[in-house]
Amino acid sequence: MAIALRQTPLSDWHASHGGRMVDFAGWSMPVQYRSIVVEHTATRTSAGLFDISHMGRLRFDGAGAPAFLDALVTRRVADQKIGAVRYALVTNDQGGILDDVLVYHLTDAGGGSYWLLVVNASNRAKIVDWIEPRLAAATDVAMLDVTVDWAMIAVQGPQALALVQPLVDVPIDRLKYYHATEARIAGHGGVVSRTGYTGEDGCELILGARAVEEVWQSLVDAGATPAGLGARDTLRLEAGMPLYGHELTESIDPLAAGLDFAVDLEGRSFPGRDPIAARAKDAARPRRVGLRLAGKRVPREGFAIVADGRAIGEVTSGTFSPSLEAPIAMGYVERAFAAPGTELSIDIRGRAEPAQVVALPFYRRQKKGLPA
Amino acid sequence: MKPEQLLFAKTHEWVHVAPDASGAKIATVGISAFALEALTDLVYIELPKVGREVKAGEPFGEIESVKAVSDLYSPVDGAVVAVHDALANELESLAADPYENGWIVKIKLSDETALADLLDYPAYQKQCAEEEH
Repeated sequence: MAIALRQTPLSDWHASHGGRMVDFAGWSMPVQYRSIVVEHTATRTSAGLFDISHMGRLRFDGAGAPAFLDALVTRRVADQKIGAVRYALVTNDQGGILDDVLVYHLTDAGGGSYWLLVVNASNRAKIVDWIEPRLAAATDVAMLDVTVDWAMIAVQGPQALALVQPLVDVPIDRLKYYHATEARIAGHGGVVSRTGYTGEDGCELILGARAVEEVWQSLVDAGATPAGLGARDTLRLEAGMPLYGHELTESIDPLAAGLDFAVDLEGRSFPGRDPIAARAKDAARPRRVGLRLAGKRVPREGFAIVADGRAIGEVTSGTFSPSLEAPIAMGYVERAFAAPGTELSIDIRGRAEPAQVVALPFYRRQKKGLPA
Repeated sequence: MKPEQLLFAKTHEWVHVAPDASGAKIATVGISAFALEALTDLVYIELPKVGREVKAGEPFGEIESVKAVSDLYSPVDGAVVAVHDALANELESLAADPYENGWIVKIKLSDETALADLLDYPAYQKQCAEEEH
């Protein structure tokens, strides 16, 4: 029996505009329209447009919501001001990563405060199952899974804000990085956030499932390049951003993943807090690193990273970087081999290819107004 | 060369067999337009050396795109007599001209039995249509 894939409100648009539709976490999503490199380069130099409606959106209401979420994620969020967005992790009791999430604290037109948790599509059911029994034990907090009622798109690149501004009724360039606000988007209610997964400036829009196609088409008409999951992957890899299921799994803790900034241990209690605190003292634990190769052959997930004739780690993601025009990878290596500049090799289908540990990210955008 | 003049392997290589000046049968081998359209964003091709013995169904090289690597399978038995080395710097234009300038290797046949397993263009098109669903 074939199980029907879930459609986003834009799936028909993608399929009728050359999108190569694939099964991604049970959703029918475009991996590319024509060329991954063209879509990647458009995002780096102008603006790329991504359908991210498949990501899970969970809304929390009630006076107990801040405390509830603070006890759920690795980062302190109870003190998070309205309009702020924070990256955090949901960890299990052993400190393994269940998901990486964005926590939004928002206010609606009536002045009421609420929270959004944006989770990976592949983890949505797992996270809802993780949260529900905890909700039952909590007071004055309610969760609503609004994933299918709302669509979500990302507009990323140096031209992104200029393309979006005419459609929204808030001054978007005054929205600080990792901040969000409710706004009218082409006359429809929604949320604008200065967030993304590409290493570029830009924003993400949450808006009603029935309003999204009109906004998407307006952005395409204004010059944004539709981009698929293929470009989303090369962009996030160049930006050194981890992807759940690759760099992040239930057997990896946030500190090994190099996500220390998203972990607040002091004076807090959340699942896995004590195992993570104990691991912080383990100097030998593996580390996530970036690797750059001199040749042209591309390392892929699962390939062994080799030093002194033995495997000292494994590639978790690899691609050919369109911006660097070189193969790049992320992976985990033993601590002794994690320093930038360390010369290693990667076993690419039986042949050792030289690879150097480099600092992440691989690519950093030029910021406006700062000397190069 | 038009695709109607070629034979195709199930693994998407095309073959054109013609005699050389001495009468020996030479198979010119490339990758089908269908496969190149599916691959996109090519970054690297690994080619064999002249003189290498190849066997039908066994890999003689690899082609890598941003997303994935694919083995190139020899459709015939024989020895490599010419390699299109310039392709390494022309991968971006490979899909534009797969059946002429897109040739990859020329193989001097040692045995012709493998030719019987190759598909003519209509049969290959049918296979591609099935793969798309």
